[in-house]
Amino acid sequence: MKTFRALFGAAALALAAIPGAAADFITVASTTSTENSGLFGHILPIFTEKTGIEVHVVAQGTGQALETGRRGDADVVFVHARPAEETFVAEGWGVQRFDVMYNDFVLVGPEEDPAGARAAADAPAALAAVAAAGAPFASRGDDSGTHQAEKALWAAAGVTPGGEWYHETGSGMGATLNVAAEIPAYSLTDRGTWISFQNRGDLDIVFEGDPALFNPYGVILVNPEKHPTVKAEAGQAFIDWLVSPEGQAAIAEFKIDGQQLFFPDASGS
Amino acid sequence: MRAEPSILPLDISGLGYARNGTRLLGGVTLRVRPNRRLIVLGPNGAGKSLLLRLCHGLIEPTEGHVLWALPELASRRQAMVFQKPVMLRRSTRGNLEAALALAGLPRPARRSRSAAAIERFGLAPLATRPARLLSGGEQQRLAMARAWSLRPEVLFLDEPCAQLDPGATRSIEAMIGEFSREGMTIVMTTHDLGQARRLAEDIVFLDRGRLVESGPAETFFREPASEEARAFLAGNLLW
Amino acid sequence: MSLGPFGLAFELIASGDPELMQIIGLSLRVTLTAVAIGCALGLPLGAALALARFPGRSVVVVVFNALMGLPPVVAGLAIYLLLSRSGPLGPLGLLFTPTAMVLAQTILILPIVISLTRSVIEVLWDEYQEQFRSLGSGRIRAVPTLLWDGRFSLLTGVLAGFGRASAEVGAILIVGGNIAGHTRTMTTAITLETSRGNLGLAVALGIILLGLTLSFNALAFGASGWARRVAG
Repeated sequence: MKTFRALFGAAALALAAIPGAAADFITVASTTSTENSGLFGHILPIFTEKTGIEVHVVAQGTGQALETGRRGDADVVFVHARPAEETFVAEGWGVQRFDVMYNDFVLVGPEEDPAGARAAADAPAALAAVAAAGAPFASRGDDSGTHQAEKALWAAAGVTPGGEWYHETGSGMGATLNVAAEIPAYSLTDRGTWISFQNRGDLDIVFEGDPALFNPYGVILVNPEKHPTVKAEAGQAFIDWLVSPEGQAAIAEFKIDGQQLFFPDASGS
Repeated sequence: MRAEPSILPLDISGLGYARNGTRLLGGVTLRVRPNRRLIVLGPNGAGKSLLLRLCHGLIEPTEGHVLWALPELASRRQAMVFQKPVMLRRSTRGNLEAALALAGLPRPARRSRSAAAIERFGLAPLATRPARLLSGGEQQRLAMARAWSLRPEVLFLDEPCAQLDPGATRSIEAMIGEFSREGMTIVMTTHDLGQARRLAEDIVFLDRGRLVESGPAETFFREPASEEARAFLAGNLLW
Repeated sequence: MSLGPFGLAFELIASGDPELMQIIGLSLRVTLTAVAIGCALGLPLGAALALARFPGRSVVVVVFNALMGLPPVVAGLAIYLLLSRSGPLGPLGLLFTPTAMVLAQTILILPIVISLTRSVIEVLWDEYQEQFRSLGSGRIRAVPTLLWDGRFSLLTGVLAGFGRASAEVGAILIVGGNIAGHTRTMTTAITLETSRGNLGLAVALGIILLGLTLSFNALAFGASGWARRVAG
């Protein structure tokens, strides 16, 4: 029996040795697109150096990130699905939404562009061309910000997507692009993920530049009145820094292969 | 040799055992008296091992009683050696100490008793060897040492030499003789007539689940009362 | 740039990159802690299940056997709901911490350790029970002896648990959150690099993980072989 007691003791010790809830950190629920692009790796050390506050980023789809905030498991949500964000604040889960930055969506597809999307007049027309040609299309299908933007474009094109050619991956942007590269299929992606994505295969940008592809990011403090455990002060400090000239400059500085991925946009607040 | 009161005699009355409606043993009545060598004799399938297990308490009887003079002390003061010794996956010394631990002895007593057993049974060269890699004879010697280290008043042995060569058999029989001289009561099964003649003071003769006759060995061998015993002693097949 | 995954894996290790070392360290700490707790609970429970006789025992046996196939993502989701601020254990603030990951992996390991221990101990008990009962040992006192005598077979169960935990990503991704520098392990890093399209780096990390798992198994195999020669 002594052996068992010793085993239990060892297990308890090992458990205690793991750093648990450290003193000064906040949890930010954000999207796979921001995390995958490497943006956080660039800006968070600057913020932590200045304030001493560590930022734990949990990268999820926008839908899941907002749910994480709603459950009180994050202090700040940092996502890109404006209508859902506004609902989140209106229902009292978030305090206030701040514009932070934007990037844009691009339609990527096989280089030879079998559907002729390159010639389209605007983004909905490009998607309509894909649907009309029955060319393969890979969708996130996960209720993320990108997926919501895609659904809005299909609606504008007057197409209800579905059928043999329409592949819903139900996963993140990178995983969906891996699928698109493999088929190859058209897909809607944010430019940030696209620029940093390595496994492009035959894919290339076939349509870009329409204002309808504008992809704004918002940041929201989870309402401490709903969840008293929210670290409101530190969370708000992070938000204040993001929209400050210093934070905005840090976002603009982040480049991959000389290309800027995100464009600061906090003037509105 | 022992100051404590004896758990003997052991009185067995109307003892029987049935499984799935088949009666494997029935109507056994006998008394085991202190410091005797009792041999349970009979052909294979007579119910000898079953009788031993019922006496030792490994199996609950379906009829009759096993009654010790001091029932509350009985279980601690008896030991058993099996036909095929159960060797734990440890060294020779580990086997001795584990058995004493399982019997509930405190650590210092385990140490001193296993050391004494190793000394007495000449196990020192085997002390650190894995018990399961010992020869059959060495394993049975260890099993005897293990039983002895429990300081039992009664030792049950179930065909302890059935799988041994003559040399190993002789050494086990010698140990049984010594145990007996030191005051231990022996209850042992065998189907080997020669062994019964060499060891028995009392005989219980079983055949096909029945106690055919019992009494002093000398009488049994000189003038067996039953037809079955006469045939068995003559070396004939009983059935 | 055309370094193959093996070359990349080697280069990563040789570089001693602190971020990689931190990820490897966390992976091992989480998995080994979960294995330790899983064994501390699972070995005695498995042995108890092997020896105990009670109504409904076979149902319990079947349930634990089935739980060996518990999908990690289901276990992760259950722990997530439990540890979420809105869940019953929310006040502990354990979500998105290594402790939550240990908990999730322990849940995954436990049925494996319990079921394999049960089957090993049942076979041993069959062999030993007459001798043990002759010695006056009850089932409870027999447990430590049986576990020790089953140690070589039990090691297989422990390694199976280790394998499941170290390979698992679904549960720890949900309850750990794959937070860089805090809850990122080998498997969640592989998932992340795959989604970034860094397939080469993902495969290189996979090779390192496999190498670690292989080393552990070789170590355990060697140690048990040595102990078997010494102790039989």
